Amino acid sequence: MALLEVKNLGIEFPMRREVLRALQGVSFSLDAGERLGIVGESGAGKSIAAFAIINLLSKPGRINAGEILFEGRDLTGLDDEAMRDIRGNRISMIFQDPMMTLNPVLTIETQMIEVLKAHRNISDNDARKIAVEKLREVAIPSPEDRLKSYPHELSGGQRQRVVIAIALLTDPSIIIADEPSTALDVTIQAGIMALMLNLCKSHDVGLILITHDLAVVSQVTQRVVVMYAGRVVEEGPTAEIVTHPKHPYTRGLIKALPQEGTAGKRLNQIPGSMPTLDAIPDGCAFHPRCPHADDVCRASVPEIVRVGNQFSRCGKANELAEENSL
Amino acid sequence: MQATLVMFVISLVGFSIQDNLGDPLRELLGQSVSEAEREALRDEMGLNDPFFVQYGRFISNAVQGDLGTSYFFKRPALQVIADKFPATLDLVIGATLIIVLISVPVGVYCAIRPTAWPARAVMGISIVGISIPVFLTAIFSIYLFAVTLGWMPSFGRGEDLVEIFPGWKTGFFTKDGFAHLVLPCISLSSIMLPLFIRLIRSEMREILESEYVRFAWAKGLAPKRVWFLHALKNTMLPVVTVGGVQIGTMLAYTILTETVFQWPGMGFLFLEAVNRVDTPLIISYIIVVGLIFVVTNTVVDLLYTWVNPTVKITGRGR
Amino acid sequence: MNAAIRRFAQSNFMYSFGRDKVAMVSFAILAAFVILAFSAPVIAPYDPYDQTTIDIMDSEIPPMWQDEGEARFLLGTDAQGRDMLSTILYGTRISIIIGVCAVLMQMFLGITIGLVSGYVGGRVESFFMRLADIQLSLSTLMLAIVALAIFQAAFSAEAYSDMAIIMLILVIGFAEWPQYARTIRASVLAEKKKEYVDAARVIGFGAPTIMFKHILPNTLSPLLVISTVQVANAIISEAALSFLGLGMPVTKPSLGSLINSGFEFIFSGSWWITAIPSIVLIALILCINLLGDWVRDALNPKIYKEK
Repeated sequence: MALLEVKNLGIEFPMRREVLRALQGVSFSLDAGERLGIVGESGAGKSIAAFAIINLLSKPGRINAGEILFEGRDLTGLDDEAMRDIRGNRISMIFQDPMMTLNPVLTIETQMIEVLKAHRNISDNDARKIAVEKLREVAIPSPEDRLKSYPHELSGGQRQRVVIAIALLTDPSIIIADEPSTALDVTIQAGIMALMLNLCKSHDVGLILITHDLAVVSQVTQRVVVMYAGRVVEEGPTAEIVTHPKHPYTRGLIKALPQEGTAGKRLNQIPGSMPTLDAIPDGCAFHPRCPHADDVCRASVPEIVRVGNQFSRCGKANELAEENSL
Repeated sequence: MQATLVMFVISLVGFSIQDNLGDPLRELLGQSVSEAEREALRDEMGLNDPFFVQYGRFISNAVQGDLGTSYFFKRPALQVIADKFPATLDLVIGATLIIVLISVPVGVYCAIRPTAWPARAVMGISIVGISIPVFLTAIFSIYLFAVTLGWMPSFGRGEDLVEIFPGWKTGFFTKDGFAHLVLPCISLSSIMLPLFIRLIRSEMREILESEYVRFAWAKGLAPKRVWFLHALKNTMLPVVTVGGVQIGTMLAYTILTETVFQWPGMGFLFLEAVNRVDTPLIISYIIVVGLIFVVTNTVVDLLYTWVNPTVKITGRGR
Repeated sequence: MNAAIRRFAQSNFMYSFGRDKVAMVSFAILAAFVILAFSAPVIAPYDPYDQTTIDIMDSEIPPMWQDEGEARFLLGTDAQGRDMLSTILYGTRISIIIGVCAVLMQMFLGITIGLVSGYVGGRVESFFMRLADIQLSLSTLMLAIVALAIFQAAFSAEAYSDMAIIMLILVIGFAEWPQYARTIRASVLAEKKKEYVDAARVIGFGAPTIMFKHILPNTLSPLLVISTVQVANAIISEAALSFLGLGMPVTKPSLGSLINSGFEFIFSGSWWITAIPSIVLIALILCINLLGDWVRDALNPKIYKEK
């Protein structure tokens, strides 16, 4: 059985004048120690799915359908105290911008030790030892001294390492990383991602990596889920998806990568842009931008079609498979 | 640095006023002295010397604690003020205690549970509170509690005062003194209390939406810790800043409150001095108050740098 | 002009106004006050400044609904025999005038200083902002009290009462300019970075033009928000100052001076001399504050009101 199973998740935001559907029918799963990527443009719903797992949806968002099974238990029905047992303990989360993530008026030590003390019966000294150990693992020099620092005294890369160390403190089963390298300098991004990859492998920790960066996904993850306008549109092993995508959107994303373009010519952009939550088209949400769209696509939301190891929400998945055009 | 500049300006203003307001000679001598004798006396007292010479004398006297002699009390002005200072201090301490002890819990509660009915009630009442000027709260409370219900005394400090430091007689520790303190302190705090409640509430609400609070939730920390450590510590920073600025306002309000309650403090003294055109007393009050502002503001500044770690590093550069 | 009015009427602003009952009621009451106060010369039954109509024998008559009240004096009379209703009407007018004029002066001073500081920057900016900081920390009320105390001590009582209105407007106006200056400086700093400012500079507009014609209109929203609070505060300040005897004299009273004149009588039973002006004052300020709150919420897109 998978460690984490998201089944048919639906999330809505009741606003003043209407109800916005942020996620519809989203399903994916994660095995123990597996590294899964969730890919999509901003607004596709990737972060919302992640926040939903640990019940951190910002008001007024709420889950209106589906289940989230962690080790067989449905997380959606748990009360606050039970959720707190899981958050930061069995499932940790890493946010995007480490400057905003760490509390500016508390020391690194305080912000690390509190995690351990919240979830275990442990003395301050022992907690400090564990904190130092984790800081060493993320390659922070002179960790004992660093504990006394405040976040603004560290560099951007160091801060993100600290956040990663915090995530590892309780030896969680899953780490959810929401755009962990986006807010960092390009020169540091690679280092952080490599660090995460190594740590997940060596500690056998499951990883859900949320990002819009396909390059990062192909380096780090084993399987990937592609999201568009609140639905999953493709899923499968990373290597296969990246080389032989079975959904027009994924194909568009990959072809838009700079390395896929031809020197001297315009980059291959997908025409148009992803619809906002209040203006999702009928039928397949991607059809206005899809070169293969026909009336069937415009009429109804496509079902998920299996092509080999991959799953695609496109009626034409099989035809695309035959078109070996990448 | 800024402090000395402010004091300089205040003392200059104070001194120029003294020079132009009222005639010290008239007070000393009465009407029936001849013009020639007046002139002689002026020379002798150095009143005909150039401006800056007189100013210099003024400053050197001031630094030694001599700010002139009150016309009315016929005693050194500074001493008169020092006599009344403890009374005002009692009021200020009482009001500050009320404000701190009430606004923090209430403000935090309103931020955490904004839709619960107590929170809404508090917000509603606080608008009314802000709309009622201090002196009206004082008057109404006197009318209600003293005249109609007779629960509280309506003026003065009462008889039993305990001397806790040499020269400082306070009313806090005796029943009678305390009873006299209740209404004035409540009135004094009445405008600033809603202000702080609203401030704490709105600051905290914003902070509760911040990334680091979200991260604290994601770490699975207990709600009390998230609210009272992560959020509250950040909330207090702007509150301390505002608090510092409000000290000045509170001193102004003491004048109002003391007038209504006939409270024998500095503020009441000042007002009487204005009515009697007791110039040295007026000047002394202005200077003393200026000094108080400067000192408390410096203290608040220091407090702020102590509480806010991000400011320490960059130093006190402005 | 018509198009602008139509646009305003249909805008989000008016939409939320129509929805918010509190705002509408406050506005109605406020409008009533203003209209009544300014038509005082027409509707007041007596002229409280006309010494000939005042009879000391009429003093301290309770309001009409009490036992000893008379129909002549709806709200009773004060210690000198003046009709409370008329005096309150005129007094409200004075309070409103002082409040609004003082705020206008604050705006004028504060906006100019703030605009220039924000736009020019450098030494000018630091100087003015430092000045503003100091002045703010000294508290406006304190400054006003000191200033008025000095003026009152310097001039004779008669001369003072003639000039009282002007003095009050000047003093309150001068005391609060930092609020406006800081607010608009913050906006200017934000706007300065936007492209239309660069564009204007490139086209060759001079600094004053850019400041007043281009940047200023974009900074109006926060100014509007603080203006309502400032008017309420100005009225409160004036009332407090008059109450202390430093403001409007008893011969030409504002609400504050009325309250002062009646204060000693609450112990002897003539409560209406203080109570009725107090209620009027509180109602006036409350309406302004409620409206101000609504303005702030309406103009702030960030706050999501939970259902």
